[in-house]
Amino acid sequence: MTGLLELRQVSKVYGAAPNEVHALRAVDLSVPAGELVAIMGPSGSGKSTLLTIAGSLEEPSAGEVLVNGSAFSTMSRNDRARMRRRTIGYVFQDFNLLAGLNAVENVSLPLELDGVGIKAARAAGLEALEQLDVAELAARFPDELSGGERQRVAIARAVVGDRRLLLADEPTGALDSINGEAVMRLLRAACKNGVAGIVVTHDAQLASWADRVVFLRDGHVVDQTAPPPGPESLLEPTRRT
Amino acid sequence: MSVRHALLALLSEGPKYGLQLRDEFEARTGDVWPLNVGQVYTTLQRLERDSFVESDGSDEPGPQKHFRITTAGSSELSTWLRTPSDTAPPRDELVIKVLVALRVPGVDVSELVQSHRRHLIELMQRYTRLKEDAAEDDLALTLVADAEIYRLDSVIRWLDSADARLKRRPRSTPRDAGTLAPTVASEPQPTRARR
Repeated sequence: MTGLLELRQVSKVYGAAPNEVHALRAVDLSVPAGELVAIMGPSGSGKSTLLTIAGSLEEPSAGEVLVNGSAFSTMSRNDRARMRRRTIGYVFQDFNLLAGLNAVENVSLPLELDGVGIKAARAAGLEALEQLDVAELAARFPDELSGGERQRVAIARAVVGDRRLLLADEPTGALDSINGEAVMRLLRAACKNGVAGIVVTHDAQLASWADRVVFLRDGHVVDQTAPPPGPESLLEPTRRT
Repeated sequence: MSVRHALLALLSEGPKYGLQLRDEFEARTGDVWPLNVGQVYTTLQRLERDSFVESDGSDEPGPQKHFRITTAGSSELSTWLRTPSDTAPPRDELVIKVLVALRVPGVDVSELVQSHRRHLIELMQRYTRLKEDAAEDDLALTLVADAEIYRLDSVIRWLDSADARLKRRPRSTPRDAGTLAPTVASEPQPTRARR
């Protein structure tokens, strides 16, 4: 199956010899629509680089990135920018909401920047907030929202319109465990609605919300989890602990 | 802990006498895991019965009997090191596996740590799925799932820190290591403090 996101033999080298740093080494990764993948690894393993390259915020030194079947390398600069605005949503640890705009204005901003009329953009923004069960926050400004609420609004912004790829870098880093869990439930819900998602994290609990966990080490994919067999057998009375 | 596998690990360095195995075992684990010599010989007899070790000399167990690991024994040790438990293992079992792995020539400890990490995260995914699918008002199920998830998380964190320490340690051969736990012995001894 072809993934909505495909990384083929992607490498990234920073600096020049003899001090070059190999952040990624021949990474292959395919994420189909509907799947949430967590990328885990220690600091310096290349996970954030992988995310920025998947989101076309950075170019690979070698290899190919395809989103929805289109290779970034064959696109013009403008086409890539359009792809970033229309198809890819980003969620950051510190939310990155604009303080002067209320929640629905923040959510609809990417559409407006893409030329969608204010009315249509606002309607899509409200729809995204509704999808994430936070429509009641629409008129509130970021400083009137809790951390958990801000991140929910940020996720709505990342999925507004027809976004197909959701990229999140430690999206629950600043949140307590209950709010962090709520954020992961939302990311999963978004993926179940047909979005391909990648979450980069060093937190196992966060990663355990993903359908698949991919382990990076020194720029290599070294391992990944098997598809979960389901929870049926977990709570049998004979369970050894 | 598995005395069987600790003895196999010591024998993986080369042939040894029974008393020597007891002394090395104790020297390397301090007083955390005291072992009497009878226990050593009983375990060795069982290992011999199972063809995991072989001996020379007399039929009677005694201080002059020399034991060496067999191919089957090496294979048994390697399998044990990599085998995850059916459910989440007690933390100490993993500690022992990692400590033993440090002594066994040819074992990639980092890869071993990763295989256990993957298994624990797969288990955690199943508990997370259980929580996700739980009815909103099923507080008991959510709390049970949370309890397992937090316990698994603590073991994974230990593996992560073990991995980081392994990466930083200077390269040495197993024979150079003074104890079963060379990295732990020079640290503030976290594994012992826990017991």
